[in-house]
Amino acid sequence: MPETVLDTFEIKRLDILDARGNADPALMPPLGGAEIKKMYEYLAIARTFDDRALSMQREGRIGTYASIRGQEASQVGSALAFDKKDLIFPSYRESGVFIARDYPLHMLFQFWSGDERGMKVPGDINIFPICISVSTHLPHAAGAAAAAVYKKEKTAVAAYFGDGATSKGDFHEGMNLAGVFNAPAVFICQNNQYAISMPRSRQTAAKTIAQKAVAYGFKGIQVDGNDVFAVYRATKEAVENAKAGGGPTLIECYTYRLSDHTTADDASRYRSREEVEYWLARDPIARLRLYMEKQGLSGGKYEEEVREKAESLVDDGIKKMEETGPAEPQDMFTYTYQGPTARLSAQIRSFSPGAV
Amino acid sequence: MPSSQVLPAFNMVQALNSALKEEMARNPDVVVMGEDVGRDGGVFRVTEGLYDAFGPQRVIDTPLSESGIVGMAIGMAAHGLVPVVEIQFMGFIYPAFDQLVTNAARIRARSRGRFSCPIVVRTPYGAGVKAIELHSESTEALFSHIPGLKVVVPSTPYTAKGLLVSAIRDPDPVIFLEPTRLYRMIKEELPAEEYAIPLGKARNAKEGNAVTIISWGSMLHRALKAAEPYDADVLDLLTLSPYDEGAVLASVKKTGRVVIVQEAPKSCGFASEISACIAEKAILHLRAPVMRVAAFDVVLPFARLEEYYMPGIKNIREAIEETLRY
Ligand SMILES: Cc1ncc(C[n+]2csc(CCOP(=O)(O)OP(=O)(O)O)c2C)c(N)n1
Repeated sequence: MPETVLDTFEIKRLDILDARGNADPALMPPLGGAEIKKMYEYLAIARTFDDRALSMQREGRIGTYASIRGQEASQVGSALAFDKKDLIFPSYRESGVFIARDYPLHMLFQFWSGDERGMKVPGDINIFPICISVSTHLPHAAGAAAAAVYKKEKTAVAAYFGDGATSKGDFHEGMNLAGVFNAPAVFICQNNQYAISMPRSRQTAAKTIAQKAVAYGFKGIQVDGNDVFAVYRATKEAVENAKAGGGPTLIECYTYRLSDHTTADDASRYRSREEVEYWLARDPIARLRLYMEKQGLSGGKYEEEVREKAESLVDDGIKKMEETGPAEPQDMFTYTYQGPTARLSAQIRSFSPGAV
Repeated sequence: MPSSQVLPAFNMVQALNSALKEEMARNPDVVVMGEDVGRDGGVFRVTEGLYDAFGPQRVIDTPLSESGIVGMAIGMAAHGLVPVVEIQFMGFIYPAFDQLVTNAARIRARSRGRFSCPIVVRTPYGAGVKAIELHSESTEALFSHIPGLKVVVPSTPYTAKGLLVSAIRDPDPVIFLEPTRLYRMIKEELPAEEYAIPLGKARNAKEGNAVTIISWGSMLHRALKAAEPYDADVLDLLTLSPYDEGAVLASVKKTGRVVIVQEAPKSCGFASEISACIAEKAILHLRAPVMRVAAFDVVLPFARLEEYYMPGIKNIREAIEETLRY
């Protein structure tokens, strides 16, 4: 008997805005001038925040920091496609996502300065605390999305992670669960080409990350992650599809980490200058700026105003963080359980800092 | 140090690196694997230079996949290799906990000795380096509780090298915990010739008669500092599982007073095991209750509060004083 073809698949790639600032009108998402400006402003804040965080780390004012330079469009473009009540599960390299959700900047600095109060997420912002253990938050997204279905809420849930994260069992389990339960989850992989020193080619033998969705029974798409319109459009479609009962989507944002993995890393050990330069020429913010110039969205003092506003917001964040100072040492006892156990109460009473 | 000929001063990272290099040169079945261990030389540079010296077949850069890495190592060991796995931080060993507990620890028993699991899982461990969340774990007790696993914690460059050599040669799975705070803190000269420190043997780090202080890893150094003004017998356990019960009991019988210092939270930590053993086997030699100096039973705080969490010299001295006064 002849073999039959049971299934075939194709994986699409979406590009809208090129590096010279030209957008494909047929694919442009329906965004007004004010919305595009808002996007640009978030991108500017994200870039400014990132630059300042890197220099603060060098000055010893915060600890190790994971830069998002080059990934701003993947983060801001996708985050803006969610509604306020949609819950986001981030990893550690998501400053742009937090910023696009109006997370208080001083709290982000607090987090990176080694102060857990920075992750006491304000009640009106739906984002989970930063997940350091790679990929372990993907099943959480599947669970939150399943809960939204149970509660008959029209909300979508997002998980953000890197290309390295796709090698973990939790990636498989989270995606598989979301597929089985047809959960309104959007999995956003920022393929920034590296997991510390390991290139994307050493994470999977598959041609794309997007195609991994096929095996879990839902849609995967690759987008130009340095193209804020493509990222926004793909995410918006995924969110709408999820809310309409269409199940999960995996979005692979094809981008590049322009900085070292973290401030503790030295990327020159494992990648070439030419490679970095290739990507510098594809900067996600520069191309939106070009687009806006061409569209007459950024005349006069606009550029300068955006920069000044971003700088003053970030400066205020730093000032507020530094003025706050460290938490009281007793703070470490407070959140182990809802209230202190008898054992903890005794330890709190005996607490006396053990000078070194 | 048992050697006339010595090499220039090594820190712990370099000492571990030389153990790996030498064992790889001696035994072609030894392979090193993990995230960023190859071209990058490991995030702490413990595997620096091995990739160039031994090539990608023996110094294996893996995908980001802790459970997979340990699982693969188990399979490699079953097929005659001696894998030395690096888990980037102890906080990321938990995804591999399943493989370690359900398989690595049991292969020998499950196959009634037909197969074994001679793997080493190295990982940086402990607090005090102002790292972000999950980079400061000291959950050695979880692993020490599992029959079939061995747990080793060096405290100096010399012990790090000698113990890693033994761990690699050991026929059973060894969890090798490298105190991150000590990686570059101490430098010492190492013997030029081959040496190994047997697993399961404690080291006497300071001799004394009035009180026994037991510790391991980075806390050993605080314990030693705290013990300076006292006539204290300080034991560096080096191996937690199986630990040197004989050395502990001998010291307890000599002093009758015991302080155990651990960096991990107090409840159900490794100090509790030692304390229980002393209560069972040497209670009539005790002149004071056994004291545990440990961290609080809280989620390990971030960098800015971690010093308040870890036992300080003052806490250790208070315990010593209390024991001596009793
Ligand atoms: C489970 C786990 N293993 C290892 C690490 C250490 N680590 C932190 S980031 C990283 C690479 C992650 O790469 P990727 O998922 O591509 O995300 P990126 O950092 O590039 O954004 C590794 C190995 C970790 N945080 N969690």
